[in-house]
Amino acid sequence: MTDALQVELVAADRVVWSGGATMVIARTVDGDVGVLRGHAPVLSALTDAVVEITPEEGTEVIATVDGGFLSVANDRVSILSEHVLLAHEIDLSKAEVELEEARRLLGTNDDAEKRIRRAEARIRAVEKAS
Amino acid sequence: MAVSVRELRARIKSTESMKKITRAMELIAASRIIKAQQRANAAAPYARELTRAVSAVATYSNVDHPLTTEPESPTRAAVLVVTSDRGLAGSYSSSVLKEAEGLVEKLKAEGKEIDLYVTGRKAEAFYKFRGRAVEQAWTGFSDRPDYTAAKEIGEKLIDVFVEGTESEKAVAPGVDEVHVVYTRFVTMMTQKPTAVRLLPLEVVEGTEAPAEGDVLPLYEFEPSAEAVLDSLLPQYVVSRIWFALLQSAASELAQRQKAMKSATDNADELIKKFTRVANQARQAGITQEISEIVGGVNALADAQAAND
Repeated sequence: MTDALQVELVAADRVVWSGGATMVIARTVDGDVGVLRGHAPVLSALTDAVVEITPEEGTEVIATVDGGFLSVANDRVSILSEHVLLAHEIDLSKAEVELEEARRLLGTNDDAEKRIRRAEARIRAVEKAS
Repeated sequence: MAVSVRELRARIKSTESMKKITRAMELIAASRIIKAQQRANAAAPYARELTRAVSAVATYSNVDHPLTTEPESPTRAAVLVVTSDRGLAGSYSSSVLKEAEGLVEKLKAEGKEIDLYVTGRKAEAFYKFRGRAVEQAWTGFSDRPDYTAAKEIGEKLIDVFVEGTESEKAVAPGVDEVHVVYTRFVTMMTQKPTAVRLLPLEVVEGTEAPAEGDVLPLYEFEPSAEAVLDSLLPQYVVSRIWFALLQSAASELAQRQKAMKSATDNADELIKKFTRVANQARQAGITQEISEIVGGVNALADAQAAND
């Protein structure tokens, strides 16, 4: 237990996943970051993207976050986001429809880019998990 | 007996059906309150981690952010009042409104103008009846709030606050402070109307400050402390509003349960009282009939004796 990262993946209304892990990969606004044991304390803003957690045992946990934060300190990793969806909670067909719709709105609607990013992240998460 | 037995029976019946309704409402509130408490508990880790992160940034960087800067001479304050959509919850809404009125009075005494923002139909109706302007009202989610609602309210309040600090020339007057009045869920029996100042943020909090010895690590910030703070603080504000909404929802249900329980008890009392009165009236009627019959028989016997 002592040589693992303590990871908490937290959404605004629930704890999505928590436990020991060997590695966490997340996408910050500056690019992908991987966290292993002994990582320097860091606090960074995340973008709408996929988060991968390799737990000590069991299969990889893959989730999408809508923005949020990654905070690492003393081998404790917390990922905070308003909305977190685990790969198996994602409705792939809905995400694809959403992507289509957002692409059509691109250029006319300010939110379109964000919606595309979110939908793409969801589709990627499902692909990665399968 | 002024009231006839028939009327009393009708009264007992109507009280009984009322009791059924209040009893049902009591049970519904009781089952929902558990859910509401679970939601409040589920939201706690997010609030805790967010507070930790915010205090980390606040401790290790000297970044000034519009949301934490105290205006020099505050002249305008926004007050968000969180009440319920429906009544039948005892003094729930009225005690929040009373607390809010107290706060408004205090702020006015300090020479500030007040902008009201409310959630819940009760507060909306309260201010409408008194002909006082409400900037914006959100309704329809008081007993089971969702995060989207909290976000909407939070973004609106941040908007009006930031407008106030950025320029005095702005056409729409912004506010210099934001207060929230909600009901804190202490225990099942105690709920307390509470007023807190939300903005400008005071990050150091007595209850949630890290314990002694739990030294915050020296964080690196990516991409920069400013950028992190920029996206962290609005989320923090929204999470505080979310917390207030959840607490209020749990309080509302607890108070409704309590009010409905005493209504049911009172109905029981009334039924008992009416049944006693009805029995007495019935007995009195019987006694009277008997004495009339006896009187009649006696009169007949007397008449017979006189004839003989």
